[in-house]
Amino acid sequence: MCLAIPACIVELLPDDMARIELDGVRKEISLSLIQGARVGDYVIVHVGYALQLLDPEEAAQTLALFAELANQT
Amino acid sequence: MKYVDEFRDGALAQNLTDSIALQAQQSRTYRLMEFCGGHTHALSRYGLLGILPANVQMIHGPGCPVCVLPIGRVDLAIRLAMEKDVILCSYGDCLRVPASDQMSLLKAKARGGDVRMVYSALDALKIAMNNPARQVVFFAIGFETTTPPTASIIRQARANGLTNFSVLCNHVLTLPAMEAILTQPGGVPLQGLVGPAHVSTVIGSQPYQYIAKRFNKPIVISGFEPLDLLQGILMLLRQVNENRAEVENEFTRAVTLAGNRKAQALVDEVFEVRDSFEWRGLGSLPFSGLKIRVAFAEFDAELRYPDLIYTNVPDHKACECGAILRGEKRPQDCKIFGTICTPDNPIGSCMVSSEGACAAHYTYGRFSEVKWAL
Ligand code: SF4
Repeated sequence: MCLAIPACIVELLPDDMARIELDGVRKEISLSLIQGARVGDYVIVHVGYALQLLDPEEAAQTLALFAELANQT
Repeated sequence: MKYVDEFRDGALAQNLTDSIALQAQQSRTYRLMEFCGGHTHALSRYGLLGILPANVQMIHGPGCPVCVLPIGRVDLAIRLAMEKDVILCSYGDCLRVPASDQMSLLKAKARGGDVRMVYSALDALKIAMNNPARQVVFFAIGFETTTPPTASIIRQARANGLTNFSVLCNHVLTLPAMEAILTQPGGVPLQGLVGPAHVSTVIGSQPYQYIAKRFNKPIVISGFEPLDLLQGILMLLRQVNENRAEVENEFTRAVTLAGNRKAQALVDEVFEVRDSFEWRGLGSLPFSGLKIRVAFAEFDAELRYPDLIYTNVPDHKACECGAILRGEKRPQDCKIFGTICTPDNPIGSCMVSSEGACAAHYTYGRFSEVKWAL
């Protein structure tokens, strides 16, 4: 139930709804729990609701952390 | 897929496992609990358990919503469907949870109960709107991730003036369960905890600080992708080695200190904390579950059907789910694992959901054991 992957918002719909795309599949979800989502943003979707916006800068920084060399630990 | 593939990169995984191997000191044993079932699933699915050093042991926690649901709560849902003639809506994972008398919601459906699987809480609300002549009950389960959607539909039901909709609320809280794990007598000694990913998007990283301080345990909130988990484990090893017990956040791309305030406000408007709630494996825990506030009483199925009274039902005699949920046993310690109890015929709840420890081990882990036996 908790397994969810980030999905891209492709269209904003009435009533705080949005269409998202997930690996080629489109689906309607609710944006009522978050604020300020725009087309092109990535969101974490859980049981049909976006729980949080994904922060692209933080994602890049985390990826950079993974690449830190082992001998620096 | 963006934000997925790069977090599953093999070369980076190798780099992280090398770092973990360097960080893991031979003289120590690191027992780390992944609280959340999503992490349990990922550890098995990506074979991470096999690439960790032998002295880094992952202990499965109780953070699988379907697993911690006690039999007595499922019995209530079945009674609603069979005796009260309601349309009972539930997330798919709940349907196969074994209940009393070898029943489940799925079997209730086969026997004529109007049980419907929904993907989203919103679907339950739509069913109520489309069936004004029938009573519709949403069997709501889950931690802080599924609670805001339930709060949202209760508010919408009020806004739409619905009189045929109610919620059987089984929502539970992460922090009281973490405390229970860390205080249980005879519990496994843990050196640190991997904090849940999606729960933390809602509650934020701040609430864990109390736990880290009080129990002097490092907590690292980590994402669900394999590299996130490896990085989270590495951060925990560093903290243990440096004698730190802090809350660190690996999943900064989605988790902030304060979390999702809009969702928190919504939950607070609709729900209040129960005096106690019964968990499978952990027993009755004070202030660990939510109920619907009096202001929304007309949407509370427990008030609408007052003769539905929760009774405690013991688990199947052979089932070790309780001990597994407390981190004391592993799925392979259960005598009927993989023989009598399989995902097709689950005897306990840990074999039902893909986040359950037994289901994860059955699906991905059981063959890796063979190697060790040779
Ligand atoms: S294998 Fe089945 S019976 Fe055994 S502990 Fe797991 S869920 Fe319970």
